[in-house]
Amino acid sequence: MSNSTIDRAAQATPPAMAQRVKGFSDRTIAWIFVAPTILILLAINIFPLIWTIYLSFTNFRVNRPNNEVEWVGLKNYQRILGDSDVWMTMQATAHFLIWTIVLQVLIGFVLAYLINKKFRGNDLWTTIIVFPMMLSPAVVGNFWTFLYQPQIGLFNYVVSFFTGVDPASFSMIGEVDLAPWAIVIVDTWMWTPFVMLICLAGLRSIPDSIYEAAECDRATKWRQFWTITIPMILPFLMLAVLFRGIENFKMFDLVVQLTGGGPGNTTTLTSIDLKREAFEKWRTGYSSAYAVILFVTVFGLASIYVKALNRVKQR
Amino acid sequence: MSYSVTEPSSRQKWVSGTLVIAYALITMLPLLWIIATGFKSSSDSIAYPPKVVFEPTVEGYVNVFTAQTRLSGEKLNEPVDDLPWYEQLVREKGNTIVGQSRFSERFMNSVIIGFGSTFFAIVLGTAAAYAFSRFKVPLKDDLLFFILSTRMMPPIAVAIPIFLMFRNLGLNDTHAGMILLYTAINLSLAVWLINGFIDEIPIEYEEAALIDGYTRFQAFYKVVLPQAATGIASTAIFCLIFAWNEYALAVLLTSGTAQTAPPFIPTIIGVGGQDWPAVAAAATIFLVPVMVFTILLRKHLLSGITFGAVRK
Repeated sequence: MSNSTIDRAAQATPPAMAQRVKGFSDRTIAWIFVAPTILILLAINIFPLIWTIYLSFTNFRVNRPNNEVEWVGLKNYQRILGDSDVWMTMQATAHFLIWTIVLQVLIGFVLAYLINKKFRGNDLWTTIIVFPMMLSPAVVGNFWTFLYQPQIGLFNYVVSFFTGVDPASFSMIGEVDLAPWAIVIVDTWMWTPFVMLICLAGLRSIPDSIYEAAECDRATKWRQFWTITIPMILPFLMLAVLFRGIENFKMFDLVVQLTGGGPGNTTTLTSIDLKREAFEKWRTGYSSAYAVILFVTVFGLASIYVKALNRVKQR
Repeated sequence: MSYSVTEPSSRQKWVSGTLVIAYALITMLPLLWIIATGFKSSSDSIAYPPKVVFEPTVEGYVNVFTAQTRLSGEKLNEPVDDLPWYEQLVREKGNTIVGQSRFSERFMNSVIIGFGSTFFAIVLGTAAAYAFSRFKVPLKDDLLFFILSTRMMPPIAVAIPIFLMFRNLGLNDTHAGMILLYTAINLSLAVWLINGFIDEIPIEYEEAALIDGYTRFQAFYKVVLPQAATGIASTAIFCLIFAWNEYALAVLLTSGTAQTAPPFIPTIIGVGGQDWPAVAAAATIFLVPVMVFTILLRKHLLSGITFGAVRK
């Protein structure tokens, strides 16, 4: 090594500092860089998780700190799984999950397909379509209650404009039959762009040469769509479903602001139910068990799904 | 122009363009309605049929930032000419301004907690991502998956023990507590995204720098950081947007001093019934910055929302 490069390096840092820093091995640097992240995640995520698991076997209540904490074994779990109300919230969650995913995948895919026709200004319109998903779900949910007002709400007005139904005759968030659909509509409005973006990336990743080859083989457009486009985009679609599934399983903010879980319990999703048990009824032990069940469900379903996803990718 | 079998025909372009623009306009309708309602008077905001053309007023914005009470009998007849314009506006409704509302305070909380947590998440996340990308970290894949899996937990489920832990440490309803919490949540995103950006930088640049006598730290901040700057900046905006929008933990862990705007905005009631122009004004102030950020983020949007799983 020539002297000049060493000189330059020496000038770049104060000599004392350079001496000290140079002493670190790569291994040490790696640990200095990674350790704070791991420590914070252990403190804020793993430690609480372990604490939740412990609490789930007790009858602890936050609002009665002086009561003796008793070990109750699996009793909390038995009570949750045997509770018909919990199964009702699971049903509400399943309804919400399935319909939001179906609608978002359908609309999102069609939109991506159309945008991929590369008409003029497609970038601009894509950005506009993306706006809703970046916004605060709680604030948006709160405002949609205004749009859903019978009589004065914009949504009811638009529906009555096209169908002739009296806008004061129905209340999207006040009626048992409509409320589950009210939350599906807002979530679809918000998150369809997410599926659209992922589908668009999928469509753009398919090389033109495959279509050109198919064209040479005189495959019809219809056949090209089903034998090239769909299989090539399937991993992307499945990834979109995975993300939306996990997110909507945890759904809280949008729905709590929109319907508050009502009317009755028709839109009480599991997170909303859990919040009531933990922070309104203060049944800490019971709700900890509830939280563990939810986490295991999400984690289990996600792992199975990721395995399926990898299999599709390998094909 | 040469003919290509994969280039859509102009009719296809025209049809798809029309459909997409129609969808975009429909999807923008609720957002435009929020912005418009913010400039309506309260009677216009609840008119039937909904008013598209109306006389704009900043009443809603004044209501968001001020606390008001009803005027009593005698004061109603006081001359209003010397009063500032916002007081005059409020007087017309028979109210008077008695002070600031808590909105600006809540908004500042959002700014402090948002920027604070973004700063720490980016600093720690960049360091960790660099190490994961460039060094042999034992159990690398497991650690990365562990970092990601922390994002799968429902926030309400973590909230119970965090509530207990923060209470013991005196962190409930403090800025420091919320910054720590959001830093932890944003870290997973920061590590994954920045890891992807650093992976894209050829390792040869650093090797050249090291051969030239740079130390590891110098190579890191003089070669890698400038290269990854755009990626890191967009990651920062994603972290900021997350902290900005977060509601579940904020509503459970803050009530007074450290409450952010999302739990506060839905509680704006106003004098006599839900004051929709005020809610819309608050929502507009709160949502528009995010729309601006979205435009800035256009290119990195996809990798941001999928934790780097999909990139163009």
